Amino acid sequence: MGIHATEVTAEHGRGRTADSEDAPLLQVKDLHVEFRTRDGLAKAVNGVNYSVRAGETLAILGESGSGKSVSSQAVMGILDSPPGFVTGGEIVFKDQDLLKLSSEQRRKIRGTQMAMIFQDALSSLNPVHTVGTQLGEMFRVHRGTSKAEAKKKAVELMERVGIPAAKERVNQYPHQFSGGMRQRIMIAMALALEPDLIIADEPTTALDVTVQAQVMELLADLQREYNMGLILITHDLGVVADVADKIAVMYAGRIVETAPVHELYKRPAHPYTRGLLDSIPRLDQKGQELYAIKGLPPNLLRIPSGCAFNPRCPMAQEICRSEVPPLHAVTEADGAPIEGRGSACHFWKETIHG
Amino acid sequence: MGRYVIRRLLQMIPVFIGTTFIIFAMVHALGDPVAALFGDKAPDPAVAAQIRQQLGLNDPLIVQYGNYMKGIFTGDLGTTFSGQPVTELLKTAYPTTLKLTLVAFTFEVIIGIGLGVISGMRRGKLADTGVMVMTLIVISIPTFVIGYVLQYLFGVKWGIADATVPEGAPIQSLILPGIVLASVSLAYVARLTRTTIAENSKADYVRTAVAKGLPRRRVVTHHLLRNSLIPVITFLGTDLGALMGGALVTERIFNIHGVGYYLYQGILRQNTPTVVGFVTVLVIVFLLANLLVDLLYAVLDPRIRYA
Repeated sequence: MGIHATEVTAEHGRGRTADSEDAPLLQVKDLHVEFRTRDGLAKAVNGVNYSVRAGETLAILGESGSGKSVSSQAVMGILDSPPGFVTGGEIVFKDQDLLKLSSEQRRKIRGTQMAMIFQDALSSLNPVHTVGTQLGEMFRVHRGTSKAEAKKKAVELMERVGIPAAKERVNQYPHQFSGGMRQRIMIAMALALEPDLIIADEPTTALDVTVQAQVMELLADLQREYNMGLILITHDLGVVADVADKIAVMYAGRIVETAPVHELYKRPAHPYTRGLLDSIPRLDQKGQELYAIKGLPPNLLRIPSGCAFNPRCPMAQEICRSEVPPLHAVTEADGAPIEGRGSACHFWKETIHG
Repeated sequence: MGRYVIRRLLQMIPVFIGTTFIIFAMVHALGDPVAALFGDKAPDPAVAAQIRQQLGLNDPLIVQYGNYMKGIFTGDLGTTFSGQPVTELLKTAYPTTLKLTLVAFTFEVIIGIGLGVISGMRRGKLADTGVMVMTLIVISIPTFVIGYVLQYLFGVKWGIADATVPEGAPIQSLILPGIVLASVSLAYVARLTRTTIAENSKADYVRTAVAKGLPRRRVVTHHLLRNSLIPVITFLGTDLGALMGGALVTERIFNIHGVGYYLYQGILRQNTPTVVGFVTVLVIVFLLANLLVDLLYAVLDPRIRYA
């Protein structure tokens, strides 16, 4: 699904932003996560802020190691600890700071109020239990339903996510399903108790392209139906374009740019985002060499001083090596504010306007 | 599944013929059984020749083997030189060894897996280090040393357990020998369990189980343990046969009249029917245990299907 940067702008706006006065469903404030490894301290997330409202889709975009998965694992409370530790910030979910809750309280929130969909459904589903057992487990554990009732619910869920012959297939094992069907089961499992928030960690990366679109569509449909908040973690700009309302681009544990989805594709305000967009193959540039951001993502044990992107940035100046850029509010050239836009670049003005 | 079982059972036939023949030939190669029968004294040549003739020892090896196999299929495993049918010996020896093996196996399963789970879940902690050091010590020391030391300490010095096992081998007297017999296997089971637990606790499906909001206990028992025990059970199955064979040393130490005891006597006297009879049964037990494990494997891991 090669995305045409200019095409995407048309695809947006489902009138979901109407309840913008309400408090957000989830608000992550100045989140810090570090990994205490044998080689030293890896600062995976360094002061991340974002929020998601009911019915809204936030896409978090970034390369591997940008902290996009780690920040969402911190939200779910499933960070591998040790070595991972949340060292600062707040995760406010439905008006309570999750970081202040006991582990038992957080466990009860997982699955019931927030759920997660993982990348590789084959390894993420338990190979020795039937899908029915694994789906039914949600009801058995959280709702105390009987075995028979849980199985009935599992069949309903499978039908809901479009698995044919659900009644028979409920007794099959994950390896007996195709990749797309398995991911549907993952989605069904996340959806089971109708949570308010779903975090999907690269839900389509392991699937082939034709199935990707179906799965994303299903996810978007269900989200609309249940008015859930959705955090979509991905490195695939194509996936994001069709479903997200807003995007946060992460680099080396920070959000370097936030924007409504069509805005970002139209005119990025950070050189890193621009580099990502330029590296998408485009039909109108057929035959030319594809752009690539030079260099490698930074080692989290030794994040470069100043702006972490400076060693790879074509626009880097002296100030980029010494000062960490804050997330500037991005405005129009005449200074008029743009809703929801921010860029952590000293030269955002030059990037977006000039 | 049924066809698979039948095929496996049929495969046992050549294994059975092969092992019996090898053992038969090996015992034959040990030397003159008639000389062994007379111990230190040299037998009267005429008497020796007569005994040889009686026992058919003058026939070529292959003919002797053929005669022996003919006997086996009519339920006759031959007689010892003292005239006792080998089947009778088997009947008295096997229940005792089986009892000892089961006691040892119980220890191996409960303590071995238990220690393995504890140390696998607390990797790098004190409990883990403790288990690792202890199991390493047990693995390093030969069974007969552990056996004699424990026998002396518990049986003789402190008098907590029976130093030797009386006739009939009551269960409580088999506890100490059971621990000795299980010790090395137990250490291996603990280490193997620890490794698989530690490995699987990083698995994606365990993370999924946590993300589903399952209580920790359920994550461990339903998701982590179930998957981690598959390789352990394979080991346990093959070890069941090894335990019966390995009981030889333990049975000597604690004077248990089981398989090991009679087998030892048989080897000492170069009594072919006894040795071959006992080893054959051991081989069959070993093969059946392996088959059982393979079938259990399919039950535990639905990805494995036999056709």
